[in-house]
Amino acid sequence: MLKMEKRPSPSVAMSWLSPVFAVLLTVICGAILFVALGKNPVTGLSVFLLEPIKDLQGWSEVGVKVAPLLLIAVGLSICFRSNVFNIGAEGQLVVGAIAGGAAGLYFDQGEGGGALMIAVVLLAGMAGGMAWASITAFLRDRFNANEILVSLMLVYVAQLLLSLLVHGPLRDPEGFNFPQSRMLSEGFLLPIILDQTRLHFGIVMALLASSLGWVFLSRSFAGYRLQVGGMAPAAARYAGFSSRKALWTSMLLCGALAGLAGTAEVLGPIGQLTPTVSPGYGFAAIIVAYVGRLHPIGVVFSSFIMALFYIGGELSQSRLGMPNAITGVFQGILLFSLLACDVLIHYKLSWRK
Amino acid sequence: MEAIAPLIAASINAGTPLMLAALGLLINEKSGVVNLGAEGMMLVAAVIGFAVAVNTDSVAVGFVAGAAAGMLMAAFFSLLTVWLGTNQYATGLALSLFGGGASAYIGINYVGRSLENPKFAVPLLSDIPFIGTALFRQHPMVYLSLLLCGGIIWFLYRSRAGLVLRAVGESPSSAHALGYSVRRIRLAALLFGGACCGLAGAFLSLVYTPLWVEGMVAGRGWIALALTTFATWRPARVLIGAYLFGGVTIMTFHAQGLGVSIDSQLLSMLPYLATIVVLVLISTNANWIKLNMPASLGKNFNPN
Repeated sequence: MLKMEKRPSPSVAMSWLSPVFAVLLTVICGAILFVALGKNPVTGLSVFLLEPIKDLQGWSEVGVKVAPLLLIAVGLSICFRSNVFNIGAEGQLVVGAIAGGAAGLYFDQGEGGGALMIAVVLLAGMAGGMAWASITAFLRDRFNANEILVSLMLVYVAQLLLSLLVHGPLRDPEGFNFPQSRMLSEGFLLPIILDQTRLHFGIVMALLASSLGWVFLSRSFAGYRLQVGGMAPAAARYAGFSSRKALWTSMLLCGALAGLAGTAEVLGPIGQLTPTVSPGYGFAAIIVAYVGRLHPIGVVFSSFIMALFYIGGELSQSRLGMPNAITGVFQGILLFSLLACDVLIHYKLSWRK
Repeated sequence: MEAIAPLIAASINAGTPLMLAALGLLINEKSGVVNLGAEGMMLVAAVIGFAVAVNTDSVAVGFVAGAAAGMLMAAFFSLLTVWLGTNQYATGLALSLFGGGASAYIGINYVGRSLENPKFAVPLLSDIPFIGTALFRQHPMVYLSLLLCGGIIWFLYRSRAGLVLRAVGESPSSAHALGYSVRRIRLAALLFGGACCGLAGAFLSLVYTPLWVEGMVAGRGWIALALTTFATWRPARVLIGAYLFGGVTIMTFHAQGLGVSIDSQLLSMLPYLATIVVLVLISTNANWIKLNMPASLGKNFNPN
């Protein structure tokens, strides 16, 4: 029988290899999935995984998806490391998009804009995300309410709020009654950083956020305190590190980054407020954070894989006639695979009679 | 007075899936395992139950299929958490995310189809004025869910097996030392929970709305999780809580009909806001939660 033996100490090699195994396992499961659906697995996988990155156009589209995923995953990594299970980043993204979008629509009268104005709008979006995250932080801090459930319930509330606003006050008066706002004008959109593509400034902000996140977690005392609180609450208490502070810091940081991601979507690829501003980036970023080992640099790689899945899903929809939901299936399998492979960090597999 | 009876009936109908799922999750949590995958299990069960019912023309077979789908997902969850010792929160989350994608995928050919919604009435009892309309014109599954609740109360507090289950949730190492297999008991509890969540999902797509729409569970799995906390892990309080939430949901549908001019989105927020308010109220008293919460909730146990 296959036996699990506990290793004397966690395997360092395995903690690096496990995400790689997880990706491979996901690819294998994907191949099986394609066979089960009566498609050629080689064609299926190449459309899903290789087609998106075969030219510059494809790479830039992947980059468009990396931006929000990476921004949120950096925030979530900080949250999860401090043992704050913020599952509602999707809601923080949506409220950020609402706040940023509304600010953009307010200032945008068809002209003007520019870097300073865009910065103001982005800050408004961050403030929106922080405000939404602070509700969860407050209820957890003051009333000890479970942050998983509260932040999740707020996702549904945020989505309904967005729907309410684009059906009502923010609806484009000349939009033939479609539930969407008017388009933002040129001066309010994020600059394109690669000509002829949709790759916008959001990717720069995301990479900057991951570097700053790394500095914060591994080079600052505040980041250190935060992580001690997450790993050893008793030790943190003894050292006088406040768990309240860790809760608020990580929630507000995550809310700000999710809000920024939402606003960047509105000022980037979407260009207006619509009833859905995100295809579940906030939830996908949870997987990104775990697969990236809750490490601000690690998540750069995992957000790339996740972005690939999004584009791959869209392509297999148009090329192979597969439903777009296959993206979600792949995302779930990736997280399962990672969790299963992580067992190898602490255990050794061996055959025994 | 007579006008209120259909509202009560509708509230019970809306509360039933919440109760079914929450009772299953309660049994999970009594064994020390928290399964955040409820939403995903309900979604997959809803679509499988619906697909099977459409193809076999039998709602009953649909329910069985839904329960089986829930159990299958729970079995997978047990393999990862109970045997491989993965983090319960992360694994449950993965199950929910996976369930969302998988159900949308499976259901692609079933969007827009609908089942007949046959009317049920308990003979004689349903003819009693007021009470008949309010209580005795429900789908049989509603009465089954009440039986289930009674059965669970008996099981947990009156049977030896229930005592063992609670012991596993309170102190797995003691239960292990006494010779009980913690893993097998947790597996059984999780399978039961999966079946309950499956029935809850199938209830939504077979009885409550009789159709399949992507994401139709709409957070009810999470609300059911909150309900177990709300009920401080007591089955009778799950029943009350579920019907209260059913009432809130029905109020949102009828408020506009009663002349309350509020945007539909604001009304739709009510169940979610109610969940938050209830969580806050219950959590305020930390001792209350601590006293009732299974002591090993969320912690894995490795007998080796």
